[in-house]
Amino acid sequence: MSTYLLGRLGSLVISLLVASIVIFLILEVVPGDPAQFMLGMNAQPDTLAALREQLGLDQPAFSRYVTWLFGMLHGDLGISYTYKTPVTELVLQRLGVSLPLAVLSLSLTILIAFPAGILAAAKRNSRTDFAVMGVTQFGVAVPNFWFAILLVWVFAVILHWFSAGGFPGWDKGLWIGLRSLILPAIALALPQASILARVMRSALLDTLEEDYIRSARARGLSQRATLWRHAVRNALIPVLTIVGLQFAFLLAGAIIIENVFFLPGLGRLIFQGITQRDLIVVKSVVMLLVFAVILVNFLVDLSYIAVDPRLRRR
Amino acid sequence: MSLLEISDLKLAIGPVPILHGIDLRLEPGRVLGIIGESGSGKSMTALSIMRLLPASATVSGTIRLDGADLLQKSERDMCAIRGRDVGMVFQEPMTALDPLKTIGDQVAETIWVHGKMNRRDALAEADRVLERVGLPAAQFPRTRFPHELSGGQRQRVVIASAIALRPKLLIADEPTTALDVTTQARILELLKRLVAEDGMGLIFITHDLAVVAGLADDVVVMRHGEVVESGATREVFRALAHPYTRQLFEASAHVPPRDPSLPGGEPVLTVDGLVRDYRVPPQRLFGPAGAFRAVDNVSLTIERGENVGLVGESGSGKSTLARAIMALETAQAGSIRIDGVPLDGRDLKTRRKLQVVFQDPYGSFDPRQRVDTLVTEPFHLLGTDAPRGAERRRRIDAALTNVGLAPSDAEKYIHEFSGGQRQRIAIARALIIEPSLIILDEAVSALDVSIRAQILDLLAELSDRLAISYLFISHDLSVVRSITDRVLVMKSGKIVESGPTAEVFANPQHPYTRDLLAATPSLERALAE
Repeated sequence: MSTYLLGRLGSLVISLLVASIVIFLILEVVPGDPAQFMLGMNAQPDTLAALREQLGLDQPAFSRYVTWLFGMLHGDLGISYTYKTPVTELVLQRLGVSLPLAVLSLSLTILIAFPAGILAAAKRNSRTDFAVMGVTQFGVAVPNFWFAILLVWVFAVILHWFSAGGFPGWDKGLWIGLRSLILPAIALALPQASILARVMRSALLDTLEEDYIRSARARGLSQRATLWRHAVRNALIPVLTIVGLQFAFLLAGAIIIENVFFLPGLGRLIFQGITQRDLIVVKSVVMLLVFAVILVNFLVDLSYIAVDPRLRRR
Repeated sequence: MSLLEISDLKLAIGPVPILHGIDLRLEPGRVLGIIGESGSGKSMTALSIMRLLPASATVSGTIRLDGADLLQKSERDMCAIRGRDVGMVFQEPMTALDPLKTIGDQVAETIWVHGKMNRRDALAEADRVLERVGLPAAQFPRTRFPHELSGGQRQRVVIASAIALRPKLLIADEPTTALDVTTQARILELLKRLVAEDGMGLIFITHDLAVVAGLADDVVVMRHGEVVESGATREVFRALAHPYTRQLFEASAHVPPRDPSLPGGEPVLTVDGLVRDYRVPPQRLFGPAGAFRAVDNVSLTIERGENVGLVGESGSGKSTLARAIMALETAQAGSIRIDGVPLDGRDLKTRRKLQVVFQDPYGSFDPRQRVDTLVTEPFHLLGTDAPRGAERRRRIDAALTNVGLAPSDAEKYIHEFSGGQRQRIAIARALIIEPSLIILDEAVSALDVSIRAQILDLLAELSDRLAISYLFISHDLSVVRSITDRVLVMKSGKIVESGPTAEVFANPQHPYTRDLLAATPSLERALAE
């Protein structure tokens, strides 16, 4: 097992290094000069040069890469060109919204998808199954920004249960902060839960065809006991892979929902960074997201070990 | 009152009738063998007793266990009966156990699910049961997972979970078909002992007449969902009163006619000092990577038109050797020559002289291609010489005709053919580029005896007529005996014995060969006892 773990850890580090190089190189070739952008089109050439020097843009690419890399290792992501504040501070602030949002929507996803998928598989070809499949088909097909607007209309405009958008900050109290994330989390969770429920259902249906399920039935286990004792855990292995991908997506891919609800999350930060040529922000946030994806995959690998004894001896 | 009495059992799955009125009975402490070919309904009869049929099944008739009709029981009652009164063992030990649960857990499950004990006591009892089936705790801790055991050991665990509560009836559906002969012999021994000790009734389902002959007191022969003959095993097999029983009997002992005037002489395949090592991942962190020698300094020669058998247990290295000969594996040492030319996997000229037919007639074809595309697959080995147009058509017709199919079958898809026909197509695919050697890797093992007899005849005829050589790999010694001229016995990567087939079988020299032959079930031996 230690060999397996060490192998995964090694590939984690290598992936991060490769990602950092790729991100750096891509941003090298995109057009647009941050210094020009900051000073406007009418800037004097010598002011421009001074700013470029101040930002370190006159250094060769390699040394800028190394500075960036070592900065990151110390938690120093540089200074944002447009906000004029340390990127670390910006990112931490935004992460305070994006991370709880991702965790909340993933929890919702799992809470909806597992029971729905298990129910549909257990009652295959029944009305319940058709209903679950129908609703999840709808969930996959509906654009989530449209669904988000619908949620706002019903729960904010008509019922006044939640605010229509914005984020008051965590210092106002846990519930107040959480409350403003509930509608966005639901909007994010709907398509994800639909996908996951379908994956759960088909993984479970495959598992239910296995010989050991028949063996368990022959031992006298009821259909339900067989499902819970043998099928669900075996079906979890493919499902976990999807959950890992979904978490990464929810962390980074909430950009549209963040815009609908005016949430100051990572998605909006990166969007603003791109439009304003704030390359240092873009670079750092993308790197952070890559790190999150790789870390989540690593955690998924660890969870495989917890579920599957066949991996423990390696 | 009999332990089990089935009368007029009819079963349909959806609109398709499967069983047409089965009658059979079993007394306690007796073994009833059910034999039949695939599609005869023998497994469905077993699943009817367990009431583990697909949802679309409709059943009628009676299945009385100790006088109570199982078909009238509720699902709840059946859950109480399964595992407690009736245990069942299935064919595939590799997949019959939950990979995520320990063996102790899975045996204990039978015990606690019936409320006989709490889980802790059930685990202790599971320990005793596993001991009973020959898995002592000292060597096989109960915390082992199924993947840490061999096929035979897993089958013991499955048997343990089926007999843990000492059921009155045990149903074993082809429990040894997936096992090596020596393992099979030990499992059969175990089942016999358990029947004697517990006085339970055993239903043993198999396609193998020799196994039944050595085990069952009574026998039922099934065909197309009907019982064609039943009675005391010895009487049924001695009298062979029913034509179908006789046909099965003859097919399983079938020896295809061979032309004794072998051309022989020039070697088609020469393997010299072949070694194949596998890297084994290090046991400890930063420890040295180990090596496993799957093929250990093997040399052999096959002459033109000669049929050579390769036998050995699973893990003996026979498949690795075959893969190396097909250039699918890189050998670490030694040489392979085809028609005197060193084999190179990238060199189409030598590679085209070799073809292969695998075991599974269902898994070895792309279901979305037509037979003409499937059969002409080896043409890529001919490069630019590959026949086109009318010549391609002629070659397809010839290949299909050679294996007893019609040229018009080229237009069909593979699902339109039975298992035996598919194996003919696989042989046609191998024949189409006129190879010197065909490797037959368990090529008849998945077939019913009567189909197997036909395929063996076909292979013998093709070998004689076209002077093709075979390397015939099988764990089934009776088949190897019937079709090969010479036999190689492989153990732990080495060839431990070789010689003319008749001689090796009559007078085996190596102890391993003797063990293999002794473990092989034999009809004559069983009936002579």
